[in-house]
Amino acid sequence: MTLEDITEQLQRARALEDLQVITEQLRDFYTITHIVYHWVNSIGERFGAGTYSTDWVDRYLEKDYLRMDPVIFGCLQRFNPVDWKQLDWSTKPARAFLKEAIEFGVGNQGYTIPIRGPNGQFALFTASHHSSDLEWEAFIQANARDLMIIAHEFNKKALEFENKTETMPVPTLSPRELMAMTFLAKGFSRAQAADELQISEHTLRVYIEAARHKLGALNTTHAVARALSSGVIVV
Amino acid sequence: MLRYIYGNDLHQFPLLRDTMFRDRADQFKTRLGWEVCVNEAGEERDEYDAMNPLYVIWQNSDGAHGGSMRFLPTVGQTMVNDHFGHLTDGVRIESPLIWECTRFCLAPGAERRVSAGLVLGAGEVMANFHLEHFVGVFDPRMERIYRLMGLEPDVIGTAGEGREKIGVGLWEMRAEAWPRTLERVGVSRETSLGWFRQSFAAGEKLRSVQHAVA
Repeated sequence: MTLEDITEQLQRARALEDLQVITEQLRDFYTITHIVYHWVNSIGERFGAGTYSTDWVDRYLEKDYLRMDPVIFGCLQRFNPVDWKQLDWSTKPARAFLKEAIEFGVGNQGYTIPIRGPNGQFALFTASHHSSDLEWEAFIQANARDLMIIAHEFNKKALEFENKTETMPVPTLSPRELMAMTFLAKGFSRAQAADELQISEHTLRVYIEAARHKLGALNTTHAVARALSSGVIVV
Repeated sequence: MLRYIYGNDLHQFPLLRDTMFRDRADQFKTRLGWEVCVNEAGEERDEYDAMNPLYVIWQNSDGAHGGSMRFLPTVGQTMVNDHFGHLTDGVRIESPLIWECTRFCLAPGAERRVSAGLVLGAGEVMANFHLEHFVGVFDPRMERIYRLMGLEPDVIGTAGEGREKIGVGLWEMRAEAWPRTLERVGVSRETSLGWFRQSFAAGEKLRSVQHAVA
């Protein structure tokens, strides 16, 4: 399964159980220990999907670790991705918590992407693993961008579930985004497309990036394919 | 030195915070004549300061503000999407890989390395958080200054005339911009990354815990 396949499956998700399956697919794709997505909706209800063992989830709830988990506290007011090494583990309870988490197989490395949604909605997307610092750093350097995109795709779903949207909304591109994507689909280079639209290449790249985000694609090629297959653009 | 501070942590740096908001009043209200709100304390703040943005601030050796800018993710509320959509060809600029940068401000009489320092700070944010673009609102009268700093915005659109004129621009930090930016600030990349880590990291504590566990 490619990352594109997994992303498309994520877009077709209709319920929480589907998100669960996708966290498992992502974990297997990256061959890391865990992928977890959890969120708090605008009325304070909590939901989660992820690959942590039920033993660890039960333990976490039983001990009410939510009240002291340094990952939660370190990400709550942030919007930058956070490597767990940057968090404050200096207190005794935090160190005991970490030791226990490692014993329960969470992993000794983690990377959490906080997302601030509308109306107080808040989510964390986490990848965790058992590895050396060096290996983990290389993994993050190679995959952070995709993980950020996927994290936001999970969050789009969470908001969709919250709003009880029955059918998946077809993204609507603005006229300029449509033109940009159409030129790319026709095989124009970015320089040619920018020229046609009489905008700078940098502006074009930003318009394509906005369209990529709307289409829920991983990269430009994937975005063009999605725009074509969903009928957003016609060449 | 550069500091990277979220709004909810500004209280830890009272002098830096107060001088920043006062210098913003001086730049945007007094010098540029923007229609911004200045409170009784002489500080310029807007609704985006209340959204817990990330500030990148140059701190002078006396502890006061030398220059600063403000970042917010474009997947949330931003000034460009809320108020300047008509300047971006109707494209809503939203992506986890694009952050908005606003209120680029220099203290009166700031030394030259301060503006280069801010460019460096923006570059570190982009590199360390895997971002691809910054979008921002700027005063076209500042364009010459940006150019002097090697920080030329790619202008998407402008509106208004004279003092009222305002632009929306894009910035990125190209690989070739790093050496000359570092040179202008007079620091090594290591020092710059050290400042960044000092702001974002709680230290080397996890490593020692991991060793204890292993």
